[in-house]
Amino acid sequence: MRITQGCYSFLPDLTDDEIRTQVQYCLDRGYGVNIEFTDDPHPRNTYWELWGLPMFDLKDAAGVLAELTSCRKAYGDRYIRISAFDSSHGWESVKISFIVNRPAEENGFALERQEMEGRRIRYTTKAYSAQLPEGQRYG
Amino acid sequence: MGEAALKQPAGAIDLRAEFESAGIGEVLEKLDRELVGLAPVKSRIREIASLLLIERVRKQLELSGGTPTLHMSFTGNPGTGKTTVALRMADILHRLGFVRRGHLVAVTRDDLVGQYIGHTAPKTKEVIKRAMGGVLFIDEAYYLYRPENERDYGQEAIEILLQIMENQRDDLVVILAGYGDRMETFFTSNPGFRSRIAHHVDFPDYGEEELLKIAEIMLENQSYKFSASARDAFAQYLALRKTQPHFSNARSVRNALDRARLRQANRLVADLDRPLSASDIITIEAPDILASRVFIKDESS
Repeated sequence: MRITQGCYSFLPDLTDDEIRTQVQYCLDRGYGVNIEFTDDPHPRNTYWELWGLPMFDLKDAAGVLAELTSCRKAYGDRYIRISAFDSSHGWESVKISFIVNRPAEENGFALERQEMEGRRIRYTTKAYSAQLPEGQRYG
Repeated sequence: MGEAALKQPAGAIDLRAEFESAGIGEVLEKLDRELVGLAPVKSRIREIASLLLIERVRKQLELSGGTPTLHMSFTGNPGTGKTTVALRMADILHRLGFVRRGHLVAVTRDDLVGQYIGHTAPKTKEVIKRAMGGVLFIDEAYYLYRPENERDYGQEAIEILLQIMENQRDDLVVILAGYGDRMETFFTSNPGFRSRIAHHVDFPDYGEEELLKIAEIMLENQSYKFSASARDAFAQYLALRKTQPHFSNARSVRNALDRARLRQANRLVADLDRPLSASDIITIEAPDILASRVFIKDESS
């Protein structure tokens, strides 16, 4: 199952040129650009790991793309996303985030139904991959 | 490849339109106007700009094979305008479309070389990342190489730089700067650098006339001026100062002027009750300059 989240989730995966354009847009507006990766793609997982440091003093997207290449080299079998943080007063939040890398095979999620009193049902989504220990989930 | 195979633009190639649309004429003119002297440097930059312009036209005709090597080395004594020219160079390269952003990141050894094992590579890469799409200006580049210490981390920074200069020529232009003789030994011991640098530009020392002109331009920018006698005094000052050690051209002129301003202010404040006109405040008089240490030393010897 192809996991989608963040911006452009309805589009096919962005090419490197498209990523470059997006990153340049962020840098031109002075956002700090981050590269993050994880092997737990649950939509509620906000604890993605940061690759290197946030890049807020770059002028050109080529620097970010170089970092992305090295991140892919190290963690090509995981999900990688780029997010941009706007630090200006009143915003102070992530303004854009999109997936730039995904594992070759995505296992998808199991839906668990828990029967409650009065025929009520509680739903839980669990990634199949998350049953394995960290680091062994893909590839 | 025959004539017919060439992709012909509509009509003849209009080099003037190309020149004007790039707006480099403006930059070159500004260079001429604002920088005194430096004739060989200016002509060299004109040459480089022409080469790049032709390269751009060739690219439009799909004649060119890849980006030309643009890395440069600027050699010359202190205060001869290497940094200023590097800034202009970044502008020219940007206007001609050879770098994407046209900003200049000026660094020295401290910014590139780390303090412990494993510190250098990330530090150098961080700087390179920041300079991408623009010009990386490495001042006093010869400090990167310390032959007396074989464990020096500078070597690591050099290797990363060489690799980037070769592989990412589209993303980054590197300008190395430093004093002539020391750069020469640096290049001899790092032949990789010499072969990757296309343009070696040598900055000559300024003559006294030129330094005087520089001084006047500097004063004008700060809304000051010389009185006629102060101008003569400053010419004398320059003649004396040039013979002394640690003379660093335009930088020494700037420092001398800063001290002259200090003395002028002191002179004005010393007599508080004197009626003062605007011209008194903007004029540097001969005594402000003659009080310099340079003259005192001269009399005592």
